[in-house]
Amino acid sequence: MELVCPAGNLPSLKAAVDNGANAVYLGFRDDTNARHFAGLNFTPAKMADGIAYARRKGARVFVALNTFPRPGGFARWQQAVDRAAELKVDALIAADIGVLDYASSRHPGLTLHLSVQTSATNYEALRFYHEHFGVRRAVLPRVLSMSQVRHVIEKSPVEIEVFGFGSLCVMVEGRCILSSYATGRSPNTYGACSPASHVEWIETPKGLDTRLGGVLIQRHPKGENVGYPTLCKGTFCVGGHTYHAIEDPISLNAMALLPELAAAGVKAVKIEGRQRSPVYVAQVTRIWRQALDAFARNPDGFTPRPEWTAELGKVSEGAQTTLGAYHRPWQ
Amino acid sequence: MTAVRGTGSDKQPMSSESTQQRPRLSVGPISYYWPKDRVDAFYDQVAESPADIVYLGETICSKRNEVRWEDWLAIGERLAEAGKEVVLSTLALVEAESELIRLRGICGQDRFLVEANDLGAVNLMQGRPFVAGHSVNCYNDRTLAVLARQGMRRWVLPVELTHEALAELQAARPDGVETEVFAYGRLPLAYSARCFTARARNLPKDDCRYCCIDYPDGLTLSTQDDNRFLALNGIQTQSALTVNLIGELPRMRELGVDIIRISPQAAGTDQVIALYHQVLIGATDAAEAVDCLERLMPIGSCNGYWHGGAGMEQRPLVVGAA
Repeated sequence: MELVCPAGNLPSLKAAVDNGANAVYLGFRDDTNARHFAGLNFTPAKMADGIAYARRKGARVFVALNTFPRPGGFARWQQAVDRAAELKVDALIAADIGVLDYASSRHPGLTLHLSVQTSATNYEALRFYHEHFGVRRAVLPRVLSMSQVRHVIEKSPVEIEVFGFGSLCVMVEGRCILSSYATGRSPNTYGACSPASHVEWIETPKGLDTRLGGVLIQRHPKGENVGYPTLCKGTFCVGGHTYHAIEDPISLNAMALLPELAAAGVKAVKIEGRQRSPVYVAQVTRIWRQALDAFARNPDGFTPRPEWTAELGKVSEGAQTTLGAYHRPWQ
Repeated sequence: MTAVRGTGSDKQPMSSESTQQRPRLSVGPISYYWPKDRVDAFYDQVAESPADIVYLGETICSKRNEVRWEDWLAIGERLAEAGKEVVLSTLALVEAESELIRLRGICGQDRFLVEANDLGAVNLMQGRPFVAGHSVNCYNDRTLAVLARQGMRRWVLPVELTHEALAELQAARPDGVETEVFAYGRLPLAYSARCFTARARNLPKDDCRYCCIDYPDGLTLSTQDDNRFLALNGIQTQSALTVNLIGELPRMRELGVDIIRISPQAAGTDQVIALYHQVLIGATDAAEAVDCLERLMPIGSCNGYWHGGAGMEQRPLVVGAA
């Protein structure tokens, strides 16, 4: 199974490649990708450096162009596709039907992957993208159970990549506009969820309030750890109760499921976190490399080592991890 | 396919007469879980209403079983007899094989037009005419062109897009494709595998006891400072505020929007339809209708997306005859 790691910038790319990533994924420095954050991502020149570095070390490079252009901006996405093709990237990860159509007709030799933002949760949708654009691989949304992943792979015309670790979207990716409802900016249109420009931290006598677009997302008592105010992980009131009404601030860690994912035929496992530091990328890549190697040596006796789990826990959002939708504790 | 109506192109330049008939009004699928009696009573009212098009079917959760496939078809026949164009709408989030089987049933029938709410449904239509629902991400004209080649006869503007984006899309839309705008209702904001209504009731999804039937307008989620913010509707998250674009009908006409969608709410949908109709025919002015509509909404109104702001914002109505 291939290990696909995030590269928000050149130091992260090197950290991923040096620690055993088989492939890295990255984006251009604009709203053509879903991690459009200040200071992140690559100019074309830096991307060329990154590709050269990865190639020297035998790693592949995937470029994410996974937002949804509006007509006025379409030329920017076209240019990004053309640049990625000129740079001879190993694959383009796209979500928008128009972008996929452009990429497949203009650059028939360019390998296309379906971004998780495509919301392709069933094999009939995968057949559509395969038939029309020759898509070779799809990243599945983080909403499917293990048995559903297995079933999709049995019928899928394309190879399947799944998320193994990192921050967790509880909503189907590409179909969540909670962020733009509060801020005007969504992952689909702007390439960012709960953008920092719209976050306010307000000291109150009781502690610290965090607001997104003016909406109170979290109220921290004094001394409590303060996480990033992603809307779906806020604390809200429903029916007289105050709780994480949508999702707990928790990260995905599917390492314990490696044997099942492999048996199901998953081709690649993806690590989330292009917005995270090179230190995070190095740590997570190294541990997952060890895990994948251990699994390859002894598939039947594989269990995650406690020190791996502990170390991954430390870099997780909310310092807690879950198997997420794969095992559906809430089902 | 003779029974599939209203799928052809009628993009002739608008004369002052034709603007009186257009845009047409549609009633979107019921997004909530209502008892069958309530659903029947609702469509009895819709049959009598000035709505032109009615979307039918369960689009949120495949476990909901008050209204079964045969029941939907029977409701469709009744509405067709009443002169409505009937469209069968499909599940937005399709995961299980059982859901695909049901989807094949809808996509395989040829009595009514189909609204595809997922690319899986588009694939199953195999080139036959369909409507692309608002959960199909049509953000640019190249996407519209691809889907039109696959049989798309109508598309619904994604709810987060602005009137400026719509103008660009209208300028480049493929021939023979109609445009529909989600103009009234709680906004569909997100879908999940997880059921937030069951979570609120401390029930596992497998034993949800169909508790969403207790919330005919969804379950309101408030912030800790009592701002009623979202509405939980099973696996769907909606806005607590109701989008209302009745003040934008002149702009929609100008942009050549063909259909105005009203999304059903628990009470007063018949009045909402009537008010939109009256404004469209010039019998009521938009400002007056806004006052009436505000009183019918569960909480309040918003229109920020249309104007390029946060979806929850409410920009003031610019007074002008529709």
